[in-house]
Amino acid sequence: MSIETIITMLAGGMVTSLQIFCFTLVGALPLGLLVSLGRGSSFTPLRWFVRFYISVMRGTPLILQLFIVYFGPYYIFGLQMGQDFRFTATLIAFILNYAAYFGEIFRSGIESIPHGQYEAAAVLGYSRTQTFVRIILPQVFKRIIPPLTNEIITLVKDTALAFTLGVAEMFTQAKAIVSSQGSLLAFLIAGIFYYVFNALVAFIMERVEKAFAYYHE
Amino acid sequence: MSDARANILRISKARKSFGSDEVLHSISLSVDTGEVVAIIGPSGSGKSTLLRCATLLEQLDGGSLYYDGEAIASGEDDGPAVYASAQVLQSARMKFGLVFQDFNLFPHYTVMKNITDPPLHVQKRNREDVFAEAQTLLEKMGLEDKGTSLPCELSGGQQQRVSIARALALNPKILYFDEPTSALDPELTAEILRVIRALAAEHMTMVIVTHEMSFAREVADRILFMDSGVIVEEGPAEQLVDHPRHERLRAFLNKLET
Repeated sequence: MSIETIITMLAGGMVTSLQIFCFTLVGALPLGLLVSLGRGSSFTPLRWFVRFYISVMRGTPLILQLFIVYFGPYYIFGLQMGQDFRFTATLIAFILNYAAYFGEIFRSGIESIPHGQYEAAAVLGYSRTQTFVRIILPQVFKRIIPPLTNEIITLVKDTALAFTLGVAEMFTQAKAIVSSQGSLLAFLIAGIFYYVFNALVAFIMERVEKAFAYYHE
Repeated sequence: MSDARANILRISKARKSFGSDEVLHSISLSVDTGEVVAIIGPSGSGKSTLLRCATLLEQLDGGSLYYDGEAIASGEDDGPAVYASAQVLQSARMKFGLVFQDFNLFPHYTVMKNITDPPLHVQKRNREDVFAEAQTLLEKMGLEDKGTSLPCELSGGQQQRVSIARALALNPKILYFDEPTSALDPELTAEILRVIRALAAEHMTMVIVTHEMSFAREVADRILFMDSGVIVEEGPAEQLVDHPRHERLRAFLNKLET
């Protein structure tokens, strides 16, 4: 098999990896914000439920969560899921898992905003929602960019775990090529793909960080 | 209103505790329109707590609070203070402004946006009017060229002037200052005192918690001396500073001089 063929096959897998990555971000970032709000809610049952959810997501392996989401419908409810469910299950597990981590990052950001900001907003008559959306959240984003970057880079690498459910993402492809060719070349190229992907993520996040650097406290 | 010296603020028998520690013991205080009142006293005397209760940042445990004669909180003699509806509280918030010790400007907004955002988004006022008024306020504060600056690009004195402009932009009937110069060095302090003096000359109603005794004596109509959660002495500014009647006030003033 030529290098060109390997690259083409891996690039095909890369598209799936990218999809997992993008869908997870789009789902887990807003859900993470909700998680952080639930975690800080004054409604005790909700707060405890969210705490429990976070502790399970952080306390068990993502690979185990993938299996439970994928096999759960059959073993628990006797439901036969189609082939497409592999991809859907991957997304569900990734979004639920990453929302927990993003939620904690949001929470740390929200808690780091000085209390005086809330007091100034209250005295000026801003509603609770206005205070959060106009005053607090923009400042939270600036503060959480570094930990968020870390987590997003981890997500890029974690997409490889989808191979356990047989989703044809890049690592699954690389593994197949390696076992059929008896050469590690595909792994090497896949590694380069991941590395470049993450270099791009780091570059973009640096730009985002710069965009927020127009002020400091 | 026929009574020219109507109470804009009236607090009666206010009580406030933090845990078992009662920091306000039955405080009563009225402020007339156009009056400048200074509150002095040692740290922990309850003066900031009084201001925080008046600005609804803290809730009273007991007693009553009125703005423009309207009950915001009302309590029977020893009973708990009962607060009015959220709507009434919100309309009360539009009657006062508060200038904080450490400014609390919104760091991600320009000076202009700090001043115009509340009138635009809280009071939902007309954009052109709000910007025109904000420009006038900036000129009044000597910051006409700072509209596009960010708070982090300004000195402490300039930031505090922006926060005064931000409070004034909502056209409050009474303006509170919580130790407005405590975070500033003497030179910047003078800057802020000049601004407050100018507001007093325009008959802005103000309540100022301060440690600047000579300033309080000069600019205030009336001074309240608080200690351990009670108003120990109150009276015309010069009389209170020059001829203190209570031993505690005398001791406090002596300590400041040395």
